[in-house]
Amino acid sequence: MIADPILEVTGLRTVFFTSAGLVRAVEDVSFTLRRGEVLAVVGESGCGKSITALSLMRLVPSPPGRIVAGSVRLEGRDLLAISEPEMRAVRGNLMSMIFQEPMTSLNPVLTIGEQIAEAVRLHRDVTKAQAWERAVEMLRRVRIPEPAQRAKEYPHQLSGGMRQRAMIAIALACDPKVLIADEPTTALDVTIQAQILDLVLQLQQESGTSVLLITHDLGVVAETAQRVVVMYAGRKIEEASVEDLFERPMHPYTHGLMRSIPHLAALSGAVAERLQEIPGMVPALSNLPSGCAFAARCGHADAACTAGVPPLVERRPDHFVACWHAGALS
Amino acid sequence: MAETYGRELRRAGADANSPLRRLLLLLRRYPLGAAGAFILTVFVLAAIFADAITWLDPLRTNAPEKLMVPGGKHWFGSDVMGRDIYSRIVFGARISLAVSLGATTLGSVLGVAVGLASGYLGGTFDLCVQRVMDILQALPLLVLALVTAAALGPSLTNTVIAIAIPMIPASARVIRSNTLALREAAFIEAAQVQGMSEWRIAIRHILPNTVAPLIVLATAQLGSAILTEASLSFLGLGIPEPAPSWGRMLSESAAEYMRTAPWLVIFPGAAISLMVFGTNLLGDALRDILDPRQRG
Repeated sequence: MIADPILEVTGLRTVFFTSAGLVRAVEDVSFTLRRGEVLAVVGESGCGKSITALSLMRLVPSPPGRIVAGSVRLEGRDLLAISEPEMRAVRGNLMSMIFQEPMTSLNPVLTIGEQIAEAVRLHRDVTKAQAWERAVEMLRRVRIPEPAQRAKEYPHQLSGGMRQRAMIAIALACDPKVLIADEPTTALDVTIQAQILDLVLQLQQESGTSVLLITHDLGVVAETAQRVVVMYAGRKIEEASVEDLFERPMHPYTHGLMRSIPHLAALSGAVAERLQEIPGMVPALSNLPSGCAFAARCGHADAACTAGVPPLVERRPDHFVACWHAGALS
Repeated sequence: MAETYGRELRRAGADANSPLRRLLLLLRRYPLGAAGAFILTVFVLAAIFADAITWLDPLRTNAPEKLMVPGGKHWFGSDVMGRDIYSRIVFGARISLAVSLGATTLGSVLGVAVGLASGYLGGTFDLCVQRVMDILQALPLLVLALVTAAALGPSLTNTVIAIAIPMIPASARVIRSNTLALREAAFIEAAQVQGMSEWRIAIRHILPNTVAPLIVLATAQLGSAILTEASLSFLGLGIPEPAPSWGRMLSESAAEYMRTAPWLVIFPGAAISLMVFGTNLLGDALRDILDPRQRG
């Protein structure tokens, strides 16, 4: 049983015009987020996953950035085609976003409650008192103790984990259909990371919001997502369900990512196995090689790989991969 | 130092929400600021209740009682036309405060508008506006005020405008540089993500974050506005006669009576110095208090 799609991204292409030349940050990326689903986008720093998120929100800094092609359909409406005031009514209302830095994502001169209430009043026709009530209720929903008191406090009086909870409260204050979480736990302590992830999942199940989770942490992906999109150098190179991807990764890059995760079993074993790293570095997006961007770092690369960009092919049911040798590898 | 303020309150078991207690604690924390506030309060009260606390008309000349030594009926003595200096100082506070507060407010409001627009819009607009500010700033405050005052003619309103215009670049600069820095802040991006309009972000999120430096600057400018008004009046371009202006009181008497009747110079001079001193003390304390990151 497959739920209907809520966010369909097709052929998205975002470029930056810089002094170093044209940077293709997002190149022909397509994916579908279904209702009530958690979809993870995984990749190294600089692979274009954050720019993908900003593109969906139409907040790519411009200039130098520009979305040059594609469509982003939220419940069938193309967000790239609507006017800026219409887009403002979408942001924070139908589609929200939380960021990596909870320490700086809150305005230092306004109280937490004021900031949540402001988000509510932007999109809902409510009185100040009602918005404040909603703010306190949201703080309670993100499991902040003594929400009525906390609402009157300033961001600097809260810990990092608390601030991220407050950010989540702001993002979910208007019951958005889609929540984009851009590395929501990266800046937090490991114990707090787990709490925040649990919270996001619980809220997601309570409210039925669909979540696009952007992360570089495969551990986080395994725990939270149903589907995974793997990105490399601005392109989507693999997409599959979480189980399928972890069991049978088909792209050599995904293979490499899996091998670079420390396993407890291996660590506690008699022979301490050395973690496998992926040799080389991500190529500069302003100067991508012809053919497969991963070829230079790939052990299986041959002439075919440098000759042409591999197309995304459904190698197994619902498992897409962009590699000339994917069939042979699995 | 200031971050312990909230903690100290709690340790003392004080009700941090009682405004009176907060005020008392602030006074104890910042004794110099309290002194500055006290000085200004005295001047403000004197200006408001000038009629009640004086008994002689500051404008009425009285030839038989000219150049009286301080004491008796004339607390601060009398000038060459027999006018009571104490009355003139008290009524002069009205002029001085009205002009300096008016000029600083006008200058800050215009400066904020220019700085915010310049920093937020950027581009060609910013470039052009900043060059105009450069030109304004290249001229000393007093010279620019002199030229403006001379062009507009002496009157209370014109003096306010003449002092306010040269003040615009300083606040515009502060607001612009803060706006530029804040535009890149993560919470501005977060505000955009919430669907806030640019205009709303500028007013609601950028402006409040620039209040602390603006207040410090405004209090410093208040001091120089007082001085500039005195200087303009001293040079005959400020508040026209017969209104009692401290600057004019100095200019009338400085040359001739400095030695023979020093009280003609001492009291207006002391009034100017004291008021400027008060604004500076208060400004320093406000800078510490108003920074929300240090609010406990």
